[in-house]
Amino acid sequence: MAGSGSAHLRGDAAILSVEDLEVEYHTARGAFKAVAGVSFDLLPGETLGIVGESGCGKSTTGRAVLKLDPIAGGRVRYREDDIVAASPNRMRELRRDMQMIFQDPVSSLNPRRSVKELVMEGAAIAGVAKSKRDAEAPEILTQVGLPSERFAEMLPRQLSGGQAQRVAIGRALAVQPGLLICDEPVSALDVSVQAQVLNLLEELKAKYDLTIVFIAHDLGVVRSFSDKVLVMYLGKTCEFGDSIEVYARPAHPYTRGLLDSVPSPESEEGFAGPALGGDIPSPLSPPSGCRFRTRCPIAQERCATEEPEMREVRPGQYAACHFPLD
Amino acid sequence: MSELLLEVTDLHAYIGSPRGVVKAVDGVSFEVRRGEALGIVGESGSGKSVMARAIMGLMPARSARTGELRFDGKDLLGLSKQDLRQIWGPEIAMVFQDPGRSLNPVVRIERQLTEGMRRHLGVSRSEANSRALDLLKEVGVPDPERRLRAYPHELSGGMRQRVMIAVALSCEPTLLIADEPTTALDVTIQRQVLDLLRRVQRERGMSLMLISHDLHVVAGRTDRTAVMYAGRLAEIGGSHDVFEEPQHRYTSALLGATPSIEHQRHAPLDVISGSLPSPTDPPAGCRFAPRCAAASAACETEQPPMVDVGAGHAAACFHPVNMKEGELVGR
Repeated sequence: MAGSGSAHLRGDAAILSVEDLEVEYHTARGAFKAVAGVSFDLLPGETLGIVGESGCGKSTTGRAVLKLDPIAGGRVRYREDDIVAASPNRMRELRRDMQMIFQDPVSSLNPRRSVKELVMEGAAIAGVAKSKRDAEAPEILTQVGLPSERFAEMLPRQLSGGQAQRVAIGRALAVQPGLLICDEPVSALDVSVQAQVLNLLEELKAKYDLTIVFIAHDLGVVRSFSDKVLVMYLGKTCEFGDSIEVYARPAHPYTRGLLDSVPSPESEEGFAGPALGGDIPSPLSPPSGCRFRTRCPIAQERCATEEPEMREVRPGQYAACHFPLD
Repeated sequence: MSELLLEVTDLHAYIGSPRGVVKAVDGVSFEVRRGEALGIVGESGSGKSVMARAIMGLMPARSARTGELRFDGKDLLGLSKQDLRQIWGPEIAMVFQDPGRSLNPVVRIERQLTEGMRRHLGVSRSEANSRALDLLKEVGVPDPERRLRAYPHELSGGMRQRVMIAVALSCEPTLLIADEPTTALDVTIQRQVLDLLRRVQRERGMSLMLISHDLHVVAGRTDRTAVMYAGRLAEIGGSHDVFEEPQHRYTSALLGATPSIEHQRHAPLDVISGSLPSPTDPPAGCRFAPRCAAASAACETEQPPMVDVGAGHAAACFHPVNMKEGELVGR
């Protein structure tokens, strides 16, 4: 869309279903919707990549699923539970099954706890006895590639970024979740370490049948890691579909522009296509109609007055655009 | 006038730390030609940023530089602070990663743009003001008349970086060093800024050193690329050659670890196992040997020399990619 609509949802088979989600932030200059009518869903065992630039609402969306940010409108269903209506007590139980990994691994770990305590933190809150936690910690550490003998007693400041992210992954897995929401989990890491962490996530996903929401601004990482991809812009959805097909044949001009902004050493000018002009508008005063129209190379009059809805442009591929690309 | 603008010969830049001397740059040699764009690629800890600062003479306290730095015939290492002030701006200018922190938050854009010109070029205030306007136009800042009166916080990140580039260009430098200029920016804005750098470099016939952790960013928009690892140069050559036919095992491993557009869904990525060596006590031989799948006994004890494989493409590797097993290059 930058528009709304939920034509791309796949019904009851989904483990997580988000429909017309709205999240509002209140600032000194008034309230604005960081997420303004976003819909997506995940089938069990699927990985959904959510991509977009600053201010598109991708992180807010991830947080809202866990109700870490207040939901202003829409519906969120996880398995049989209505997240919007769930009581704080029920949410606490549900968050055991829906774990989150954050971008900055070091600041998301308590600096005074040892690695061994950190990975079992969730289990401790869930009421697992200390003797059992101590017995299980080495196995989890081994699984995330941190041999217990060397790492169990270390503090977060003694870890590298990649090691800290492994601790965060171990902590999430220790409570055996069904859903893992990863918010830019490798953005702060060097390329060589990034690959290690991505491989680890793939490995654990297969082993534990995880369903993953993978939020990232780096398009290269998302394509092969995800089954489906959701492209967001200024709190709205632009495109949804099979990640490899969307990358090969984007239907939304914004998706096209994003992909053409990925540096490509093969092409003469260093990029595959022309640049998108302009700046990302402020989410405080988004453009009317399609929110992408101010930067869109093919925008028409209609785009300023009518917000596009998600619709199927090819089997399984949906775009919120009045003039989708071929 | 020599074709070479900057000659770096066996440069060492050491920094004192509580844990010992950090050998951030440890014997690096290369040159920058007039009018060329040279990319410098490396991960954290490779020494790429310290090297840029060593060239500028912006080293922290408790640090030392040795080797040779010749810029346009001048010996940069021998220059006093006073002399360096004459170099910064009209000779070498630098753009940093975080445009928010490089601009003075309480000074309007116009004065930040004209300060250098008034000092170094000796132009009048009105002349400097009109040049400032031209500069903002050149770097593609929309509504430039209004932006001149703005403070940095009134601009977006991408706009601030354009302004930083305009400030760097204001004294017409012969060499522009851009240290991760787009890392803090969104992809579509990164794209705009990279296009801008390449355009002004070509139009002005200026030399550019583009430093990045991302080989993809550098390869497509520079003439030559140097790859750094743990304070040393691993490889240097034509950007296309380095990207298409990497010689050093580190370069090829780095490329393999980046997901490509052909990568199979859910297939494992090639990884570089282990982590960077200690910067205070680096390995005696090749710095990459402890993580290298092709390392032999020689790699652990001897530092491989830079060996030219043709067309100015050189790598410091005993076992370059595509070399038969057991064969040693450079000894």
